[in-house]
Amino acid sequence: MFELFSYGDAGWGDEILRGLAITVQLAIVTLPVGLFLGFLAAAASMSRLLPLRLLGFGYTTVMRGLPEILTLFVVYNGAGLLINAVLQWWAPEAAPTDFSPFAAGVVALGMVFGAFAAEVLRGAFQSLDSGQAEAGRAIGMTERQIFLRIRLPQVWRFALPGLGNLWINMLKDTALVSVIALDDLMRMTKVAVGVTKQPFTFYLLACLIYWAMCVLSELVLGQMERRANRGIRRA
Amino acid sequence: MNPLEILAQYWPRLLDGTLMTIKLTLLGALIAALVSPAFALIRVHASPMAQAPLRLYVSFMRGTPILAQLFLIYYGSGQFRPLLQDWGLWTFFRDPFNCALLAFALNSTAYQTEILRGGILGVARGEIEAAKAIGMSRFTALRRVVFPHAYRIAWPALGNEVILLMKASALASVVTVFDVMGRTRQVFSKTFDFSVYLWAALIYLCITAVFVLLWRQAERRLSRHIGARHQAPATVQPLKETRA
Amino acid sequence: MTPPDIILKAEDIHKSFGSVEVLKGISLAARNHDVISILGSSGSGKSTFLRCLNFLETPTSGKVTVHGEEILVKNGKPQNARHIEAIRARLGMVFQQFNLWTHRTVLENVMEGPIQVKGEPKAEARSKAEAFLKRVGLEERMHMYPSQLSGGQQQRVAIARALAMEPDAILFDEPTSALDPELVGEVLKVMQDLAAEGRTMIVVTHEMGFAREVSSEVVFLHEGRIAEQGPPGEMFTNPKTEEFRRFIAKAM
Repeated sequence: MFELFSYGDAGWGDEILRGLAITVQLAIVTLPVGLFLGFLAAAASMSRLLPLRLLGFGYTTVMRGLPEILTLFVVYNGAGLLINAVLQWWAPEAAPTDFSPFAAGVVALGMVFGAFAAEVLRGAFQSLDSGQAEAGRAIGMTERQIFLRIRLPQVWRFALPGLGNLWINMLKDTALVSVIALDDLMRMTKVAVGVTKQPFTFYLLACLIYWAMCVLSELVLGQMERRANRGIRRA
Repeated sequence: MNPLEILAQYWPRLLDGTLMTIKLTLLGALIAALVSPAFALIRVHASPMAQAPLRLYVSFMRGTPILAQLFLIYYGSGQFRPLLQDWGLWTFFRDPFNCALLAFALNSTAYQTEILRGGILGVARGEIEAAKAIGMSRFTALRRVVFPHAYRIAWPALGNEVILLMKASALASVVTVFDVMGRTRQVFSKTFDFSVYLWAALIYLCITAVFVLLWRQAERRLSRHIGARHQAPATVQPLKETRA
Repeated sequence: MTPPDIILKAEDIHKSFGSVEVLKGISLAARNHDVISILGSSGSGKSTFLRCLNFLETPTSGKVTVHGEEILVKNGKPQNARHIEAIRARLGMVFQQFNLWTHRTVLENVMEGPIQVKGEPKAEARSKAEAFLKRVGLEERMHMYPSQLSGGQQQRVAIARALAMEPDAILFDEPTSALDPELVGEVLKVMQDLAAEGRTMIVVTHEMGFAREVSSEVVFLHEGRIAEQGPPGEMFTNPKTEEFRRFIAKAM
């Protein structure tokens, strides 16, 4: 039994670990992309300009309403078509190329993360105490200084629980990229299943690994929340 | 082909997929809705030891990808084929629709249990005491006072959960269920026309929009008593909360 | 045996929360038409005692008898818990925070107990509920929801709700403490009328006027024990204990 999971030629331990490494890489690369898009969309939806607000609203509403797997296919296939169209136009004799599944995963998951993160961040900005910004204005800070020195540092505390949830969701959503043939944990599990004919054993193992990552994330996030709330007395 | 031609040619398939998506979502949500009240009560009232299995179940369902849960049931059941055949369950597990439905119902039960638990905890203690003081049995108090309030409190979050389930149902296409996503992939692999994805997106957005409208209508009825003086508090907002 | 005209009897009620003993053996009997006011400073255990009478709080030990139904409690375990709901149905209760069911209209609040607990037919419950609402002067508000009423009105609905069960006695747990001062009068007026009708009432209160003018008996709790007990006229003019003397001096 344990031979199945051992490291090396006999077992599937090394393959699955390699898949896990891809999964973790994908999640870690997606996070900053998603956060960046989230800040951008949050800024747009709080902008004074109506077109920007509409753009922010449209992006968050559409992205949050679509199945993640559909977004992934749209990005993967759509970007592939787009690249090839450009390629055709630029260098008609070149062979068609594929958009890498990893890049598609980063873009798609990042877009989904960004849409949800925008809502979290907007909520966090709105729950800031407006008196503090006024206090900043009263001592003559510019709006830019107020944003950078007063609002931004405090937003973190309000946004952290929501962003933590999103991180865990995104970690789980990485499993979708197995469908577009990226060799992540899920797909390596599938490969192992194909050879060993032990689907339950290996999918259960995959579940346990995801579960462990989520529980670990929750522990770390709990710790971060406690740190972020230093000096705040609980109501 | 232009997008309209795609629609003209393939709309019967997309409509078929739409009905499948709705069926899968509503059935899954309904099965979960039948089980979750009992689970939520256990989560509120049972001793920590007694609810340990339930907490483990909820944690597992929330801590693993639905895709993995689906594979565990659909492919995983193959490992126990002789056993399942002996029990006469194999025909059930052989059908991808059944497996998808089971996976979604199990998953949604976990989320609905936690949402409803929050609702029950939110019911004003005094109103429960008043029910006791007037001589109501536990069951009557649950039926007449606790659950009506708990559902009103939990309503927006339950609506979000159904929408999230609807989105998750697209995963069924991976195990060859022909829902919107399944039909879309089928059409794309035939035509390589990207616009079918845009139609799929539009279908999902429309289902969500219609659902949100209906859910809000129901919420208004549930919240009549908050009426004149106070405005109803939260209304269902699509996906404001996320699951994790 | 309990004499026939004793409606409610509590014997040697003890109650502890963790290691703190809040009630240290309290006995009380209410005969038909009695209006008993329970006084005491906060922390004296008076609300806890009242809540032990209908088992919203389970005593640690003691015995409660209501209309022949008897519940004995030993080590925090009621011996025949099946009777608890029957006892509750016979004792009305009016809470400090009203505790109306906010999802039901005024009329529905009053009809709920008779229909759900006593199994009365709807039409009968409705005509009775209307009569009781009229009795507390709120018949024209009966289709409103509690959130649309003032505190005083809500408390009067709560009294109608208790009356609709046609209880043997009504327990009042500081019924006017949560009200704005200008709304206290309307509730006290209703309570006074009920007393005049001959209702059996046990009232935990801070209203000295009510205790003195309306009640037939006053019980003064101090640190979980009955410190003094008797007819109000005598007690207020001639307090026997130092604690009660100080209590009325502070309250007046």
